[in-house]
Amino acid sequence: MDVFANAGAWIGYYWEIISGWLLEASGPGQKLLLMALAVVLFVVVMGGILLAVDKPKRIPNWLVATGFVGPALLFVAFGLVYPALRTMYTSLFARNSDDFIGLDNYIRAFSENEFQIVLRNTAMWVILVPLVATLFGLIYAVLVDRTRFEKIAKTLMFLPMSISLVGASIIWRFMYEYRAVLLDADGNPRNNQTGLINQVLVWIGLEPQQFLINSPWNNLFLIAVMIWIQAGFAMTILSAAIKAIPDDIVEAARLDGLKGMQMFRYITVPSIRPALVVVLTTIAMTTLKVFDIVRTMTNGNFGTSVVANEFYDQSFRLGDAGLGAALAVILFVLVIPLVVYNVRQMRLAEEIR
Amino acid sequence: MTTNPAPVQGIATREPGEAKPRSTVKLTRAEKRAIAVKGKISSPWASGIAIIIAILWTIPTFGLFVTSFRTSQDIREDGWWNVLARPTFTLDNYQEVLFGGSTNFIEYFINTVVITIPAVVIPISIALLAAYAFAWIDFRGREILFVAVFALQIVPIQITMIPLLTQYVSWGLAGSFWTVWLSHSIFALPLAIFLLHNFMKDIPPSLVEAARVDGAGHVKIFFQVLLPLLVPAIAAFAVFQFLWVWNDLLVALVFGSAQNVAPLTVRLGELAGNRGETWHLLSSGAFIAMIVPVIVFLLLQRFFVRGLLAGSVKG
Repeated sequence: MDVFANAGAWIGYYWEIISGWLLEASGPGQKLLLMALAVVLFVVVMGGILLAVDKPKRIPNWLVATGFVGPALLFVAFGLVYPALRTMYTSLFARNSDDFIGLDNYIRAFSENEFQIVLRNTAMWVILVPLVATLFGLIYAVLVDRTRFEKIAKTLMFLPMSISLVGASIIWRFMYEYRAVLLDADGNPRNNQTGLINQVLVWIGLEPQQFLINSPWNNLFLIAVMIWIQAGFAMTILSAAIKAIPDDIVEAARLDGLKGMQMFRYITVPSIRPALVVVLTTIAMTTLKVFDIVRTMTNGNFGTSVVANEFYDQSFRLGDAGLGAALAVILFVLVIPLVVYNVRQMRLAEEIR
Repeated sequence: MTTNPAPVQGIATREPGEAKPRSTVKLTRAEKRAIAVKGKISSPWASGIAIIIAILWTIPTFGLFVTSFRTSQDIREDGWWNVLARPTFTLDNYQEVLFGGSTNFIEYFINTVVITIPAVVIPISIALLAAYAFAWIDFRGREILFVAVFALQIVPIQITMIPLLTQYVSWGLAGSFWTVWLSHSIFALPLAIFLLHNFMKDIPPSLVEAARVDGAGHVKIFFQVLLPLLVPAIAAFAVFQFLWVWNDLLVALVFGSAQNVAPLTVRLGELAGNRGETWHLLSSGAFIAMIVPVIVFLLLQRFFVRGLLAGSVKG
């Protein structure tokens, strides 16, 4: 008995040390080691599962299937299905998660002044970003199509897609940078603008503006950042769609005497309609869920918050779990019709092919 | 309509050249050139607009890039477009932001790397196995389970966060790399399974049948027959997931904002919030965060586009 108790104590002692390290690795070497360990551990576990289901000769099919599908199902059940249901449930409770208040959180989210601004802003984002980004992407795709610089030109517009929204926000905050104008004795400005847009305003004889502070216009300047990013996505997909327009159609239209804008209006746009719909809905979905830009540029101040940002603030900064949950559910409900439409359009396009 | 929009290509996930060619008519070089010459909207107006858009899309990044090499005094003094008037360049900003005590970006850079690699490897492996089963193993409830997983793509990650965090806290795991890896893996799975399943379905059944007749088990078929054919699909998803995780802010903020774990995006956001005027640090810090995804993107652009097309629903 003593031996076992002793061994138990030793195991417990070492486990403390090991688990402490597993949870709090610090310093570059340790962290990289931990990363390698995690990957190896994972490979060993998966390999073990595979070996176990493969070894015996007469193993029932369902057991094999469980070995292959099981881990994935476990992950999504634990990490997506259960939390989503749980959040819907939480959204019916007050901030302390104890008092049942029915739909009060939803009523608040739709009726209080503060949240009406949030909803208005979200609507602005979801309408403007897809439309304007797609417009820019489409024009650009048509203009650079089959030119000598096509590849580099497309890369330039697509590049913002690869960087983080935080990085993009910083890039644009620098563009919008504002300096209060200080005048010297003769009435000439003593300081320079360091943001390019304000400098341009000064050059053409206008007053510099506080782009990120003056509501409601500041929303437009935040939206511009998302447009700047998403236009590349629209351009890439639409460009591929334009290239897939059969040459005989283009040729026939040309023989009928269609040129330039007419060609664009009557041949290009109708031919890529399914791609246009997919691009618009896809960008709308992405936009709905994005909060990085608002958070980095204004932190939701000056009347710029959107639902995704408000969700984060309520849930993790203001500690109102119920309202946060309600906002997450609202986000979910808003996404559903977009997804359904998007998927149906894709299916449709696939069938046509 | 006989159009063939790109997203469908992406979703149906067909390797160009491997299956159906895009258009049935193969054009010769000369014919293509003839169309190119005629097909261009080649007015000076058109090129003018294209150039203006290209400049609009490049200037903001270029401006911050130039700024990141100017001295902090120059940055305060005037805008980056004056750089040619006083062309002094320095790497001090990068030095300071990477190793300076108050910013220490090198540590956060390592955190980002440590977060990203397992968060790409783990979901791909799990999804590969699941996708294989959904495509090639007959078991009861297969269809319904697959549709369920597919449908889970629409769940916004926001809706899962509070319960997940509560769970992690009660397990005593909160604030470690493990929760960040686990969360990213979970969020990636529905898309990864869907995407890889589509690729697997496109592999001719005769290949799998032949291996089966030779007495190969599922594991052997998976590794020896299917895996080599899936490399492009895996690459497409890997690049997509890599960029997603590297650039992510929300997951990192909620599950890994402890200093020991926080990635570059979190630190950069903090810096922008607290010290919005320190442009010499913000500019260089932003480019440190961007350099890896930009390189990955430029090298693997083709794969990224395909992953993006298929993954547009994620998040």
